[in-house]
Amino acid sequence: MSGADVDPDDRGSEDVGEAAERAPTHDRDDADAEELTLVEAVRDGLAAEMLRNDRVVVLGEDVAENGGVFRTTDGLLEAFGSDRVIDTPLAESGIVGAAIGLATHGLRPVAEVQFSGFVYPAFDQLVSHAARLRTRTRGDLTCPLVVRAPYGGGIRAPEHHSESPEAFFVHQPGLKVVVPSTPRDAKGLLAGAVRDPDPVIVLEPKRMYRATNERVPAEPYAVDLGEAAVRREGTELSVFTYGATVESTLIAADDLDADVEVVDLRSLSPLDRETIAASVRKTGRAAVVHEAPRTAGVGAEIAATIQEEALLYQEAPVERITGFDTPVPLGEAEDYHIPAALRVREGLREAVEF
Amino acid sequence: MSTTRRTPDAADADHRYRYLDESGHLVEDPPAVTETTLLELYESLRFARAFDERAKSLQRQGRIATYAPMAGQAGAQVAAALAMDDEDWLYPTYRDNAAKFARGVDPADVLALLAGHEGDGDADARVMPEYIPIATQLPQAVGAAWTGLLRSGEPEYATLATLGDGATSEGDFHEGLNFAGVFDTPTVFLCQNNGWAISTPTERQTRSETLARKAAAYGVEGVRVDGMDPLATYVTVRRAVRKAKDDVAAVADEPADPEAVAAGPSGATRPTLVETVVRRFGAHTTSDDPSRYREEPDRSGDPLPRLETYLRGRGLLDDERVAAVGDRVETRLEAAVERAEARETDPTAAFEHVYAEPTPAVDDQRAELERLYEEYGDRVAGERH
Repeated sequence: MSGADVDPDDRGSEDVGEAAERAPTHDRDDADAEELTLVEAVRDGLAAEMLRNDRVVVLGEDVAENGGVFRTTDGLLEAFGSDRVIDTPLAESGIVGAAIGLATHGLRPVAEVQFSGFVYPAFDQLVSHAARLRTRTRGDLTCPLVVRAPYGGGIRAPEHHSESPEAFFVHQPGLKVVVPSTPRDAKGLLAGAVRDPDPVIVLEPKRMYRATNERVPAEPYAVDLGEAAVRREGTELSVFTYGATVESTLIAADDLDADVEVVDLRSLSPLDRETIAASVRKTGRAAVVHEAPRTAGVGAEIAATIQEEALLYQEAPVERITGFDTPVPLGEAEDYHIPAALRVREGLREAVEF
Repeated sequence: MSTTRRTPDAADADHRYRYLDESGHLVEDPPAVTETTLLELYESLRFARAFDERAKSLQRQGRIATYAPMAGQAGAQVAAALAMDDEDWLYPTYRDNAAKFARGVDPADVLALLAGHEGDGDADARVMPEYIPIATQLPQAVGAAWTGLLRSGEPEYATLATLGDGATSEGDFHEGLNFAGVFDTPTVFLCQNNGWAISTPTERQTRSETLARKAAAYGVEGVRVDGMDPLATYVTVRRAVRKAKDDVAAVADEPADPEAVAAGPSGATRPTLVETVVRRFGAHTTSDDPSRYREEPDRSGDPLPRLETYLRGRGLLDDERVAAVGDRVETRLEAAVERAEARETDPTAAFEHVYAEPTPAVDDQRAELERLYEEYGDRVAGERH
């Protein structure tokens, strides 16, 4: 990706000069890439976008002094100061509502909601306003807002800390929703979200925060929202997944005696319908994997897309391997709820052997 | 701690109701609290302290998950819980285990939950499941207290909802207190102001000089008390609970220190916001590293030695009785750990109680997991099993 993705609507992203000169954290050679975890890549992505555009501000609970409860904003206060990295009162509706105001008036706020389970006080602001401001004013006012939230299970967290709420947001016209599964995408999708002219929810799979390292380019780059990535090419079965279940799906695919294609959706809204359809037209079989509950989950939308775009190529029904239609259980029981590699493999086998 | 407002007791020494000074000596005439209650306060506080230490140790050993310690705040919790009547309901947060135990909640159930085993809840003790989202309990506690008024025109029982200083920034704080004022519900809001919401000091939560003062705008009485003085907290909450239920004597009672009434019409309405000024001795939770954002905290005024000094002075405790309490606390705690750790993970428990009757989807999915479990056992849960 290059700088060509700057939207004309993105009035803030040209103002990079002054900020770049301050450049407090980025002294490494741009040609370099560094091994980063996903959490480090989020931090790197925030710093890169803040350097690139001095209208980018970060706000949320415990993001400044404490550097975020997962350390995704560690060091940003020292680097960018307290007008750009802001500890707020404990009030999600206040954080997101204020961020909508900032966005409408020319800043590029990146609001952190500490866990996706605590986003609901801000749901009204997102659904009633962030999503609708552009349409309500026929494009006169816009809301280039980013809301980041860690989501999903797998870290033995307390109640309300493990849910996967993406479908609520995907269902809302006017919002975009992206989910990185790798450090490289964590930085690139975040940049894509910051530079996007519309409100974007970035859901970060917290189970993956420190699960893997990957070489992440030092220079700023953005992943275009709405583009899926094929993680493993195959000819017999297409699997669509995102977030933390990309990893278990890749393990399952290796473990199965079939030639499986694994597509990391990355962007749930907009959805890359073209890549989905092309893959199923090639393989004739499809499965979806996510840890959110099955009913009306993103998998249902993918299944519908496949029957709309590739019905005549299908040799099997779309298999859904998902979290169950229950609250995420606590403790070790969550491991039975989140599709682990073995459960994914068995689901894929059903699709292959149908 | 760079400013005085960050230290809860610096700016308000004159507006904080207390009986015991930091060394446990009376600064007022002793309140009318029975000896039984005083000893109950002490033993509950001892148990809370022992539980807190054990829970932190179990967490370090990986035997329970994230734990929110209550050191510094347990005095306010046990005092408030013991000031409630049996028929009243507690609406606690995740940091209020001391209050739950004082209401009769089984510590084995709390430990089991922390280890990932959802239990039957604490409804027998009239305790709601702990609230983890912030301030959501407040409107619910108002509704629960309102029920009696709507059914019989009289308060049938009070509710006591706990909250932290951070919760006063949430919309539900406003909505809860506003409903309580408008409908004059028998509700006590027990705010434990420990000065910190994770890393955020109270000065970043509010420009209000005190939290109790916020009650005034709702027509609710607001009282500020030294939450590390269990006597003062008990007396304040006891009065609030009685007042909530139209106890004429309580309504007539002015607090011993009228200066403590920070806001609102004293005695004229049922609901009360009690701001207990406390200190968070440790981390927000076992996942938190407070050295990143605050100096070593002030751990003075610990309610436990303070109460013990007072009770020894009154002849209610001596070395022998203190040791006997310690023995009872240890025995109870050991038994709780043992019972909690006897519980095993049931992979299909999550499918129960989602609805009164399982939906077809829930039934199908349960059968799907059972099929896989039968074939593969715990491997279905991944590499760790």
